Parts: sequence; C-alpha cells; structure tokens
Amino acid sequence: MTAELITEAGAAPEAPAHGRQVRRRLYADRMAMAGLVVAVLMLVAALIAPLLIHLEGQDATAYHPELLDSARGGVPRGSFGGASGAHWLGVEPTTGRDLFARALGGARISFLVAFGTLIVQILLGVGVGLAAGLGGKVADAFLGRLIDLAISFPQLIFAIALLAIVPGTFPRPLLLMMVIGLFGWGGTARLVRGQVLSLKTRDYVSAARLSGASRARIAVYEILPGVSAPLVTYAALLLPSNMISEAGLSFLGVGVRPPASSWGQMLSTATTWFQADPTYVLVPGLLLLLNVLAFTLLADGLRTALDPKAPSLRGGRR
Amino acid sequence: MTRYLLRRFASTVVLLVVMVAFVYVIFYALPSDPAVLVCGKGCGGGQLAAIDHKLGLDQPEYLQFWHFLEGIFVGRDYSSGPDVSHCAAPCLGFSFQNDQPVLSLIGQRLPVSLSLTFGAMVLWLLIGVSAGVLSALRAGRFTDRVVTAVSVLAFGAPIFVSGLLLLMLFCGYLHWLDFPVYVPFTEDPAAWAKNLLLPWFTLAIAQSAIYARLTRSGMLETLSEDHIRTLRAYGLRERRVVGRHALRGTLTPVITITAYDFGYVLVGAMLTETLFGLPGLGQLIVQSSNNVDIPVVAGLTLVAGAAIVVANTAADLLYAVIDRRVVLA
Repeated sequence: MTAELITEAGAAPEAPAHGRQVRRRLYADRMAMAGLVVAVLMLVAALIAPLLIHLEGQDATAYHPELLDSARGGVPRGSFGGASGAHWLGVEPTTGRDLFARALGGARISFLVAFGTLIVQILLGVGVGLAAGLGGKVADAFLGRLIDLAISFPQLIFAIALLAIVPGTFPRPLLLMMVIGLFGWGGTARLVRGQVLSLKTRDYVSAARLSGASRARIAVYEILPGVSAPLVTYAALLLPSNMISEAGLSFLGVGVRPPASSWGQMLSTATTWFQADPTYVLVPGLLLLLNVLAFTLLADGLRTALDPKAPSLRGGRR
Repeated sequence: MTRYLLRRFASTVVLLVVMVAFVYVIFYALPSDPAVLVCGKGCGGGQLAAIDHKLGLDQPEYLQFWHFLEGIFVGRDYSSGPDVSHCAAPCLGFSFQNDQPVLSLIGQRLPVSLSLTFGAMVLWLLIGVSAGVLSALRAGRFTDRVVTAVSVLAFGAPIFVSGLLLLMLFCGYLHWLDFPVYVPFTEDPAAWAKNLLLPWFTLAIAQSAIYARLTRSGMLETLSEDHIRTLRAYGLRERRVVGRHALRGTLTPVITITAYDFGYVLVGAMLTETLFGLPGLGQLIVQSSNNVDIPVVAGLTLVAGAAIVVANTAADLLYAVIDRRVVLA
C-alpha cells in the first residue's frame, strides 16, 4: 500500500548509475545514514537476541508474579514498568515476563516476516511482471488485468479472513509471509512490467533478439539487469510496509500467536495498560516506530542515490 | 461518456464477483464447519444436518455461490422444515452467529464508520493540503523542512502506535478526554464529536502525510508552468494565483486519492476501530472473520469492494469536471 504511493511505476528506466557514484551519494545523505545505523543495530540485535537475553539472565516465557503489585491489578512494582538491573526494560503487567526478552523476540519476528514476505513478493512480482511484459499481447492483457486486480484488492480484509481460518498448528510466521506476500505482489509486478515494456524496445535488446537469443535468455541477461535498480529501491520500501502489516495483523489478533511475541501483539495487550503502565506501551511502540522509520529513510536515500531525479519522500526542489 | 460508464460498471461487476468467489473458495477449501459453529460443540449429527440444510450447506459449493448471487439480485428463501423465511433482494444472507440479516448488521454499523471516515477526511484534507501548500511556497526553507520531517514521521507511524501515543497523552497524562465511547450523532452531537476526536486525529495524522506530499509536489509543478507565469506577468495578486489557479491544478490528484481513501477507510479502518473500540464495519470484519461467519464476511467484502469502486468512479467523474482536459475514454 504505502510503497505504491511513493514509487511512480512505469517511469522510463534510467541508465544504471555507477556503483561507486551511488555509494558516494548514499554516504553523503545524513538521514539515510542514520537510518542505516539504526537498521543495522536492530538487525544485529535481533540476530544475536538469544545471546543478549542470556547476558541479561532472563528468558521470554518465565513468569515473575513476585515483581507485580497485585493490589493494583498486576502492575509491575517500581517506576518505569519495573525496570532494574535484572530486568532491563521492566516486566509485563499481569504476567511479569521480561520485557527486554519479549521485545527482542518481537524484533526477530518482525524481521523474519518482513524479509520472508519480501521474497514471496519479489518472486511473484518479478515472475508475473516479466511474463506480462515479454509474453505477447494475450498474456499481457490477461496478466495486466491480474495485476490490476491484485492492486485493487482490499488486502487486509482477505488477509484477516485467511489468517482466521487456517488451523493453529500451521507455523504462524510462515503463514504470515505467505498471506501478506500473496496480497502484496501487485505493486512489484506493475513496476517490473512497466520497466520491461520500455526496456524491450531498446536497441541492445533487439540486437540480442536478432542474434538468435532465446526469450528466456533475453529475459534473464538483457532485461532483468535493467529492472534491478528500481526493483531494489521498491523492495527497500516494501520492507517497512511489511513490518507494519505483520504488526497490524498481530495487533488484530490474527497474526503471531502466544507464547511467541510480536510488537503488534504486545501493543494490543498494552491498549488497556496505557494509564497504569506506560512503559509497556512505549517499549514495543517506539521500537516498531524506530525500525519502520529507519528502513523508510534508508530506502528513500537509496532511491535518491540511484536516481537523483526521482521524487524523494523528503521533498527537494522539483 | 455513457460508454465509459458502462465499461466501468462491467469491470466493477467482474471485480466484485471475483472477490466474493474468492471468499467462498477461502472458506470452503479450508477445514472449518459452519454448522458446528452455529450450534456449538454439543450438537449431534441430526441437528447438524438440519442446520446444514437450512443454511444450504448440503448443496454443492458452486450452487451455494450461485444462490448467494441470486439472493443479491432477486432475493431468496431459507427453509427449515415447515417454515420458510423469505429474504428480499438485495439479500446477503444471515449471520451464522446470531441469525441476523447481514444487511441489517452492516446497516447498524454504517453510521459509526461514516462518522469516523467523514470527520477524519475533513481533518486530513485540511491538514494535508494546507501543509503541502505551505511547504511548496516555502520550498527548501525552514518551514518546508519541518513539514517534511513531520510528514515522514507521521507516514511511518502505524495507526496503533500513533493512536496509543495520543491516548496516553490526552487520556493518561493530560486527562483532557476520556477513553472514547461511541455516542450516536442523533443522541448528542457534542458527545459524538468529543468521543470521536482521538480516532479522527489518529486516522488524519497517518493520511495527511501522504496528502501533504502529494499537494507539495503538485503545487511545485503547477507553479512552474507557463500559464502561472503569464498570470503573474499580468500582475495578478500572488494570493489569487496560488489560491485559485495553482491550487486547481494541484487538487486533481488529491481528489482522486481522497475518493479512493474514503471508500477504503469506510470499510477498512480495522485498526482504528479495534484500538478505540468503535463498533464500525472494520471491527465487524475482524470479529466475523475470527468467528468464521462466512455470510457476514462475504457480504462485507462485497460492500467494501462496492464502496471502493463507487468512490473511484465518482473520483474519475469529478476529475473530468474539475479538469476539462481530461477525456474519459
């Protein structure tokens, strides 16, 4: 959804920028660099989460009723949600589970689902987009309609319906990747189709065709490299959008199921605690916000670096 | 014009049928037994069969789908033994959960969704368009940078994070507002507005970021066009150039996306409605999906799709009225 609004699909592809030039432009972009630093820190923290939790000396599932004030409905004792040397970010109300461990678990889920979904989106999007662009008139008419349909579909409604009826035994993160991916490839396909349609009339593609290259060979060696630059920026924008989708579905109660933790799920339980225990809202809320912002800024910087003439999220004179 | 409308209508019908078919495939291809859900765990085989028959679940799936479509256009009959209940067109069937007609379930919740969407839309247009114009006129300067920074932040913030933060601020710390409870407009307009204030702003914050961006870039583009330069050369006051001529060119895409958003938010404000406990259509979708209440989900999908498509068509027509250069083909 969000990514669609930023990337204007079908724009004429520019000549791929030189790698070193792109990197220099990216390094000079302070906001993008800030995004990169935060994104990398988050990613590393998520990767080494078990180690960090071990370092803290807690785990994500142990209950600590002794840390809660039962007279006040199970609010953690002490200020800042019961934060202490033993529980770095405090504990959850009513259960007393360690918030640091649960927040890190949420980060892992967020990244896992966002990247997994991205793979589904790219595979479907590039596949359908290439086929539509190169498959001839009939294929393009049919697949073009299909892409329109995929874009105009009320995705969230169907995602909720699908997620609600799949049995609980099916691994939840995998299911989320499939469902979000299944409803979210339309934008990628439209982008790829547009690029392919304009690339395939170029001279170097005609030259390849005249020299007898097969259609598959042209698709992989001549067309795909030209599509890759806009695809990378689009994919980078899909990542934060996927994170929001996962958190949203988990917030609605159809995403990640307990005992696994997700930021969206934590926020959904935090809704009733915002007065008694603000820390419980702020930890998952700010982490999600920070992560989404970091990836959005990084993606935007990447786009500007690859194609300085593209409209940036942050404006610029145009 | 007529041809355009006909073509539009045809593609709309196709889209809606595909969406409803999709609902049916999703729910029937996967293991779930509506009769058990209606009756509860203690029901025996005979009771289940009777319910199956009443709901038409003993028929092949394609026939069920056909009857669903039939119900919409000519109405249909539900029979359980001797008594037959007729459901007049447009019939969307009955909820598995509480036997209520789907149409009246939707009707009950429509005012809530309309209140939420309409108020939020007014806010996001006001905030978004004025922020966009302001930052275009001050392009590259301090105001512009503040507006852009805020809109990047608002753009990235999920509804349930910004909404919770607003709740914490206004209900938790400042105690200016109580936790929202929906009060119908007809009962008490003041309480209606006061309770919807937080949901409105929550939705509007997320939306206005996009509108600000759209307005800003559109405004910059229009201001650099020849006819604006001509108007300025004629000595027209800047206020009139911007307010009347430049804004007109800018508003076309804004109106299109507003119509789309109106349709989408009307039925798709699931996160906002869930967060604030508003009994609107979005909340109904979440609840009935969780209960595998197929008729309600199918009905809502249809209404959702229809709302979005109708809003889009209205936008296209409006487009042609505002901008005469647009030719409907």
